[in-house]
Amino acid sequence: MTGLPEVLTPSEAVFKGIKDAGIDFIVSVPCANLKELIPMVDEAPEILHLPVTREEEGVGICAGAYMGGKKTAMLMQNSGLGNSINALASLDMLYNIPLLMIMSHRGVEGEPIVAQVPMGELTPKLLDTMEIPYFMPESGVDPADLIVKAWNTAVEMKKPVAVLLPIPFWRKQA
Amino acid sequence: MKRIDAINEIAAKVKESGALLIGNIGIPCKEIHHVCDIPTNFYMLGSMGLASSIGLGLALARPDKKVVAIDGDGSILMNMGTLATIATQSPENYLLVIVDNGAYGSTGNQPTATSVVTDLAAVARGAGNRDVLEVSTPEGLRDVLKKTEKGIIVVKAEPGNTDAPVIEMTPEGIIKRFMDISSQPSH
Repeated sequence: MTGLPEVLTPSEAVFKGIKDAGIDFIVSVPCANLKELIPMVDEAPEILHLPVTREEEGVGICAGAYMGGKKTAMLMQNSGLGNSINALASLDMLYNIPLLMIMSHRGVEGEPIVAQVPMGELTPKLLDTMEIPYFMPESGVDPADLIVKAWNTAVEMKKPVAVLLPIPFWRKQA
Repeated sequence: MKRIDAINEIAAKVKESGALLIGNIGIPCKEIHHVCDIPTNFYMLGSMGLASSIGLGLALARPDKKVVAIDGDGSILMNMGTLATIATQSPENYLLVIVDNGAYGSTGNQPTATSVVTDLAAVARGAGNRDVLEVSTPEGLRDVLKKTEKGIIVVKAEPGNTDAPVIEMTPEGIIKRFMDISSQPSH
């Protein structure tokens, strides 16, 4: 032990936040930026994780799990927001169901794929329009604390919330 | 047979077994509510396509409870990936009943692909589901409901709706009443 604070990778920090928040049910649709995080949640004995085929399906599965008493999250790319808008509105927001969406936010600074840009730019605007609160990493703020704050907001407001984690966040790998 | 005949059989089954029931959007929910409104029913008023997904999530979250979802052919066609996810997870406590009447029954009976060429039982099997049964009579459905509490039943039916009234409960009221049971430990 050196006595110095342990330095976590971005994925480890998000995973710590998931555990600190008490999330115990996760669905995922992959993104290259989630390739370290998804195996972590898959191997965590206290978390039931399942891959889903489409984010809209994930919203439905998480709603059912919430009705069964679970604390739910979805790991996804921001493109999946477009795939799930009707379910977020006419299921989660209609019935006051909380959900934590942890999004790899593509199509922003550092994006090499042009096709990611339209949804990347639209994502915060869509969330604003839907009145879905979202959180973004800030310097000096522990990403794990950000995740916990986001989940607590979802529970207090009884609605979906998003954490947007852009390309530069994931590049801070040790 | 029509959808209401399937709903009568399923309602009798869940009433007896105590299973949690997820009802599909539109007229199916109204018919369930009209035939048998009990606190173990969840009425999905929006989010077309997701009744089978809600049922799966609930069944995985609560292996101590039986879960039944009633879905339709139009809804399954809208969320076909659900059949792959259900097959992959295959929970012992989850039964999905697809009432396949070949039509979008709540919107004017426009035909779906199952009225032309698509075989949902074959799709379900192709997605990897092992327990897939097909029935086309109320007696046939009653018979398989006695024997099975997991897997998928495809009920071949004719299009047609009853005039079941609108559900007067609020969404808040529906989910609160349901979760008072679904989120609690089993006795």
